[in-house]
Amino acid sequence: MYLSTIGRPAQAGDAAPQPRQRRLALVGGNVLALGTVSLITDVSAEMVSAVLPLYLVLGLQLGPAAYGALDGLYTGATAVLRVVGGFVADRIRARKLLAGLGYGISALAKLGLLAAGRSTAAIGLVIAVDRMGKGVRTAPRDALITLSTPPGALGRAFGVHRAMDSVGAFLGPLVALAVLAAAGESYDAVFVTSFCVAALAVVVLVLFVRDRREPAAAATGAAGRAPAVTVREAAGLLRARPVRRLVAAACLLGLATVGDGFVYLLLQRREELGVVWFPLLAVGTSLAYLLLAAPLGLLADRVGRLPVLVGGYAALALVYLLLHGPLGGWPLLALVLGLYGLFYAASDGILMALAGPVLPARLRTTGIALVQTGQALAYLVSSVLFGVAWQLWGPVTATRVAAVGVVLAVAGTVFLLAGAPRADAVGSETAEGTIR
Amino acid sequence: MSGLGTRGRVLVAAATAALLAAVAVGYVRLAAHRRPAGPPAPAAANREQLTLAPGPRLLTVTNRHLAFVPAADPGGARTVADLECVRAYAAAGTGVCLHPDSAWSYRLVVLDAGLRQRRAFPVPGLPNRARVSPSGRMVAWTTFVGGDSYNSGGFSTRTGILDTRTGGLVDSLEEFAVIRDGRPYRSADVNFWGVTFAGDDNRFYATVSTDGRRYLVEGDVAARTVRTLAENVECPSLSPDGGRIAFKRAVDGDPGKGWRLSVLDLATMRVTPLAEPNSVDDQAAWLDGSTVAYTLRQSDGRPDVWAVPADGSGAPRLLVPEAESPAALG
Repeated sequence: MYLSTIGRPAQAGDAAPQPRQRRLALVGGNVLALGTVSLITDVSAEMVSAVLPLYLVLGLQLGPAAYGALDGLYTGATAVLRVVGGFVADRIRARKLLAGLGYGISALAKLGLLAAGRSTAAIGLVIAVDRMGKGVRTAPRDALITLSTPPGALGRAFGVHRAMDSVGAFLGPLVALAVLAAAGESYDAVFVTSFCVAALAVVVLVLFVRDRREPAAAATGAAGRAPAVTVREAAGLLRARPVRRLVAAACLLGLATVGDGFVYLLLQRREELGVVWFPLLAVGTSLAYLLLAAPLGLLADRVGRLPVLVGGYAALALVYLLLHGPLGGWPLLALVLGLYGLFYAASDGILMALAGPVLPARLRTTGIALVQTGQALAYLVSSVLFGVAWQLWGPVTATRVAAVGVVLAVAGTVFLLAGAPRADAVGSETAEGTIR
Repeated sequence: MSGLGTRGRVLVAAATAALLAAVAVGYVRLAAHRRPAGPPAPAAANREQLTLAPGPRLLTVTNRHLAFVPAADPGGARTVADLECVRAYAAAGTGVCLHPDSAWSYRLVVLDAGLRQRRAFPVPGLPNRARVSPSGRMVAWTTFVGGDSYNSGGFSTRTGILDTRTGGLVDSLEEFAVIRDGRPYRSADVNFWGVTFAGDDNRFYATVSTDGRRYLVEGDVAARTVRTLAENVECPSLSPDGGRIAFKRAVDGDPGKGWRLSVLDLATMRVTPLAEPNSVDDQAAWLDGSTVAYTLRQSDGRPDVWAVPADGSGAPRLLVPEAESPAALG
């Protein structure tokens, strides 16, 4: 339905009441709408995440190797798709359409799980499609947030969005539990309910999220529509020094993270936690993330995004050191999980808030996709490297090396990004010119 | 949507939400209605069959409950116990049951011959394998952990061993030293599954996966070591004479292509594929010195227990319909 509005200038009725709303609220209405969509979608996604292992292992009785093969499938594919999706969103200037497409694909994948039956290959394909949906929607959604928010308020906008996202992730498993209980352990019922929830998110997106078209008309004069973004122009994005530096910094930061699995595994071994408690480590981290995301976003708007980002990675280095440090017992657990949640709250959304103003509005989605993809691919490399370091030197040395790696990556990031101006000094119109 | 005011959009959203909620609730109620009835109540005449004491009977899991069938007529009258288990095994009067507390949490229950609980403790993750040593002294189990986020990848198994005589507990075999091809080996990606015990209650065999390969390992509980013996051997099951291992062998070394049920002769290391043509994803159980039993699933997911000669001859035969997790008590 929103196809019909593509190419038309922004609706006057949409824009008019906004400044008043923005003054009242912590963040803009469009950010709240996107946050609501993410919240509902995460309820749906985490419902499936919570029951899928049960379904595969107990429902379908897959053995360890089959489950592992399924689980490791198609990790790199989303990276490429994310950049392509970002470019298409910029080219047809329809971030909402692409984001909606991504949410829609993931919603349909929930029904795909029903159709896949007992076929391992089909289930693998459905999971891949679900991931494709996630890959397609993330960059347009984050681009919409940056385009709907004044540069000075980006920190809190991302903070609030990520906090809402985490609330959904928290509720998902509880909803799944309730459905399983009500439906007599029927996995089908969880998949159908998850689809209904995901479909509601798409409806909310269609109804309440406004597409943001960059003020390109102003930049190109009164002639009307700006020419469409070309592949050449997108490729040229990396020629702009600030963008290149931003993507390089994102890759460096990706290299600094070794992965949740390793952190939780080491914590569990160190504390000889009953293995039953293992899943609760992730819950503790998400709780800290959920609580800290919005406050840290606000802080980033006050003191600058780079200091908050650096603080987040300092917390990460501390986490790695504490894994084999002097502390022990509950203080260690609380501190590590708190710091780890703080790391997420001070890095994920904050990096996007930092990236937004650096990227020209015309190519905002492509740029954000590049940043996210660079970070994700670098993270894949670092988790492999950490595995090798573990094998060569053992876990103690490996985590200390990882901590040193974080410090080096942060030093590199500061060097790369310190030249970038404070966000409030930059307009959202273009990258070149305003940035040295 | 531009034609709608805020109120109109809220109305449309509310109507859609109500419609979707109705669909979800309707489906959930339908699913609850479809749920199969509980297990049949144990017939009074068969009560004496509710025992793990050695005898000519088979232990299985039927509709998630312990169930016993006579070895001479395995397709015949079945005695179902009240105890809920998703995986079970028994030998020499000791039973192990992986019992669900909820859909997400499971408890390992060690049973005596009278199905009374001797010991129970929570185990993390989702139950996958369970085994008891031939003497009834040692108990082992495998669960899946992780996989809590299917979008992030990475899975792991947790395999533990309990000595029911001393109470000694190995939470995870990952604490054991691994010797791969004669050299000490360590890696974060080591996973263990599918333990089977030798007659001395100390040696055991299991699967170790690391580096994308799956090995048969021989372990030593007292020395806390395992060493690799052969590649592409999963879910070993040691024969009563201790000389052969029934296992599932990934077709062309690729688990994606399924598994062929096979037997490895430990003296010659020769592998014999068995007559079962379907892919078997189970830890087989020896019924006697010449037959193994295993679970196969129908297209709708219902399990059946099948049996096939252990020397590669003959053909598979349906042993216990609508049952899984077999163990011979005799």
